[in-house]
Amino acid sequence: MWRRILAVIRKEFIQMRRDRLTMATMLGIPLIQLTLFGYAINTDVKHIPMGVVDYSRTEASRQLIASFTQSHYFDLMLVADSPRALTDGIDRGNIKVGLVIDPNYEKDIRLRRPARIQVLVDASDPQVATSTLANAQGIGQARSVELLLQNLRPGTEYGVNGMPVDVQVRAWFNPDLVSANYIVPGLIGIILTMTMMMITSMAIVRERETGTMEQLVTTPVRPIELMVGKIVPYVVVGYIQVTVALLVGVILFRVPIRGSLPLLYLLCLLQIVSYLGLGLLVSTIARSQQQAMQMSFLMFLPTMLLSGFMFPREGMPVLAQKLGLLLPLTYFLQILRGIILKGVGMDYLFRYIWPMLLLLCAIYALALFRFGKRD
Amino acid sequence: MKYAVDVKDLTRRFGDFVAVDKVSFQIAAGSIFGFLGPNGAGKSTVIRMLLGILPVSDGEGTVLGRDIRTQADAIRSQVGYMAQKFSLYEDLTVWENLQFFAGIFLVKDPGRLEHLLELLRLKDYRKTLAVALPGGIRQRLAFAVALVHDPEIVFLDEPTGAVDPALRRYFWEIIVDLSQSGKTVMVTTHYMDEVERCDQICFIYGGRLIAQGSPSELKREHVSGHIYQFEPTARLEALHALARLPDVRNPFPAGSAVRFQSEASLADLQPRVQSYLKTPLAQVRPTLEDVFISLVGAKK
Amino acid sequence: MIVQVRELAYRYGEAEALRGLSFEVPEGQVFGLVGPDGAGKTTLLKLIAGILPVQTGELLVLGENVGQTQVLVRQAIGYIPQRFSLYRDLTVEENVEFTARLYPLKPDFARRQQELLEMVDLARFRKRLADQLSGGMKQKLALLCALIHEPSLLLMDEPTTGVDPVSRREFWTLVFELQRTGLTVVASTPYMDEAEQFDRVALIHQGKFVRMGTTGEIRASLPGHVLEVECDKPFQARGVLQGYEVELFGDRIHVFMEKPSPEEVVERLKTGGIRTTRAELVPYSIEDVFLRVTA
Repeated sequence: MWRRILAVIRKEFIQMRRDRLTMATMLGIPLIQLTLFGYAINTDVKHIPMGVVDYSRTEASRQLIASFTQSHYFDLMLVADSPRALTDGIDRGNIKVGLVIDPNYEKDIRLRRPARIQVLVDASDPQVATSTLANAQGIGQARSVELLLQNLRPGTEYGVNGMPVDVQVRAWFNPDLVSANYIVPGLIGIILTMTMMMITSMAIVRERETGTMEQLVTTPVRPIELMVGKIVPYVVVGYIQVTVALLVGVILFRVPIRGSLPLLYLLCLLQIVSYLGLGLLVSTIARSQQQAMQMSFLMFLPTMLLSGFMFPREGMPVLAQKLGLLLPLTYFLQILRGIILKGVGMDYLFRYIWPMLLLLCAIYALALFRFGKRD
Repeated sequence: MKYAVDVKDLTRRFGDFVAVDKVSFQIAAGSIFGFLGPNGAGKSTVIRMLLGILPVSDGEGTVLGRDIRTQADAIRSQVGYMAQKFSLYEDLTVWENLQFFAGIFLVKDPGRLEHLLELLRLKDYRKTLAVALPGGIRQRLAFAVALVHDPEIVFLDEPTGAVDPALRRYFWEIIVDLSQSGKTVMVTTHYMDEVERCDQICFIYGGRLIAQGSPSELKREHVSGHIYQFEPTARLEALHALARLPDVRNPFPAGSAVRFQSEASLADLQPRVQSYLKTPLAQVRPTLEDVFISLVGAKK
Repeated sequence: MIVQVRELAYRYGEAEALRGLSFEVPEGQVFGLVGPDGAGKTTLLKLIAGILPVQTGELLVLGENVGQTQVLVRQAIGYIPQRFSLYRDLTVEENVEFTARLYPLKPDFARRQQELLEMVDLARFRKRLADQLSGGMKQKLALLCALIHEPSLLLMDEPTTGVDPVSRREFWTLVFELQRTGLTVVASTPYMDEAEQFDRVALIHQGKFVRMGTTGEIRASLPGHVLEVECDKPFQARGVLQGYEVELFGDRIHVFMEKPSPEEVVERLKTGGIRTTRAELVPYSIEDVFLRVTA
């Protein structure tokens, strides 16, 4: 059994070596994706157009405005004389954030009472809303003021009107590259999902298309041997991708890896093998490489949304949340963010590991069942 | 073990379509078995069932004494297969292809691959990618792969399709050598001259077995009357004229000549075809081509 | 002249596919290219069809240079590639109609379609998916589609490879019927026996014509004689006839000899324990010539 598996592995490696383009793509994906995503998302949250109504008109209020504009997160585009004018500006799209400074601002600060400012946010763009909230709070705290956040779009979750400053916010406020820290771990998960699923399904369907599968099934090689032989080389590819992605994250975006690196590598195996298995499943259904590609995409898009990569799962309808629980990536994202950003260990991660193991077994049981049928 | 292959009432259905319908035959160990029939008659389906790649719908069979329905794994380790379409890895070299299949079949003898390179005259191509091989050399590689584990039985599905006449003859020398060393060969081909070298032949048509026997038995049983041949002055006219004669069957071109079957005597036919003759009308010995044509002609 | 070729050569990178071919095909002739896989047949046909660009040499089709994408010339060509290249998921009729629409539609299209369908005996299968046709029927459909725009030159790349002997014969008979309507045909085949029916044949080997002419001319192109022997143990005859050039043809053998001396051969066979039932001097077959000139 092992010799046959080794024969398959050897062959896969030789074929990989010959197929330079695919290999370059496999390594290029983490490099390019991370760079693009990282930078694109950073520029998104900077230079948000802002409008101001300064009822205070004091030295203190001018300092507050300056601290907003000097942060690069906000550009002062409109100085208005009423909150009404600010909401008009937001409606027209001229500004995305409005700042209203209370007439008693300076007095409150002087008397060491909580000073009051009001922030109006265009919540139709959640990215802007989230980072504005964080930035405004951060800047506000530096000035020890109380923020009143007002939402201008219904149905969003930033309804914190009149809430005093929440000190917890500071924990996820990162004055430099807030999104890179958040996005890099997520992207590692996404890249592994996409490429692993596609690479196995295509490799197997290609064998069927070129007729080599016909020759293989006439040999004593067993389905499980073929599966293992096909998967092992791609696990290696998966680990190379993880390494490239981490290197880019650390070198280019200075993402700190707070947790254990060996643990991270170990748990990546769960993700890699799960999605290689899903690729095997795709290959039992798809009849051509083109179909395999399309099916992988079909599965990929909902995965991206439901796993919590793009938007927090907490904000999703219950059904979507439940569906997300069926995706290995959902747990893997938690593991990645847990290890990289929070530095947590096994004891905390265990609640994400066992569902991944369960899903893994289910995927392989199904794949082996489908794969074993020779026709 | 008397028979290398023994199948009884082998049947395969795809939905309503019966691809193979109650086919029974035996192949004696160490013999060459020719498996013939038009494209789509069910030849490849039978071979695929014997290899256990395709489940049997009905009937039973053994290969090397093992049940094709339950012991396919054991069968596969002792059977070599050369597919009709080239089905090796194009992005591997000749040597890598051989080595891969040697690994799969757990071939231990390191000299085996060298021997095959020698036998199929592939030494100069050892490091050539399969994709870059000309057609004939690809077929040589496919043949070598089928023999990599020194199998007891070799299934060759149209091994000589599109190879040059000299190589066709060389392949058959190898086939005959295999049989003389005790191996069993099951082969399909469209070249009727090759079939003369088979010990036993099976004709399959529309999924059914319509004739079997040795070449001489088949010629005796399935060619009624005599075979005549002549070089025509105008081929199409001669064929049309022959088709109109009631006691002439299956007129067809054979090379530059025209050939047909008839119960009538040479003297009787001579005056009736006189005007089309460029060379004298001659009675000739039947070939397997005549057998095939009368079998398929009768079915059509 | 429908096709005129002078010193045509073609290379794929380093590999020489064709090495200086010259020939002509007059109107109404069936010209056969005979040779094994990889000899250069496909390359030559693709050049004539204008699918590959001419690298060196001259190639004229209907007096025009096909290389320079002369639309009118292309419309005069029907081409059947080696691999079945019609739509497997369309019916017979849909395939024909689709192909017809690629060319300027003639007013009598419907009549021509019907005629051709009947001629190739596919009228019954109009509504059948191409994928569900037998090998022989697929080739007939390909023929139909190649002829629907009434080309004057038909190019076919191994149309009968893998088709059974009966269907092969039906196919060529159909082609010869079409030849009577004035069609010129250039076709390739690996089957030597088919080649003998063509008006002219070129034996192609490693990118060169090793022989070209009518079947008669090719037969006469080699010196010496062929003795065809029918005997009771043909497969052992070769061993017995050491020193002779012997090839097996089915259940008979061909012995090549410079002087015709059948008695000598029969005697040798007899001492080797082989009984001869017939020994006759026959003309070279195309296959004999091919075997000898490529040896």
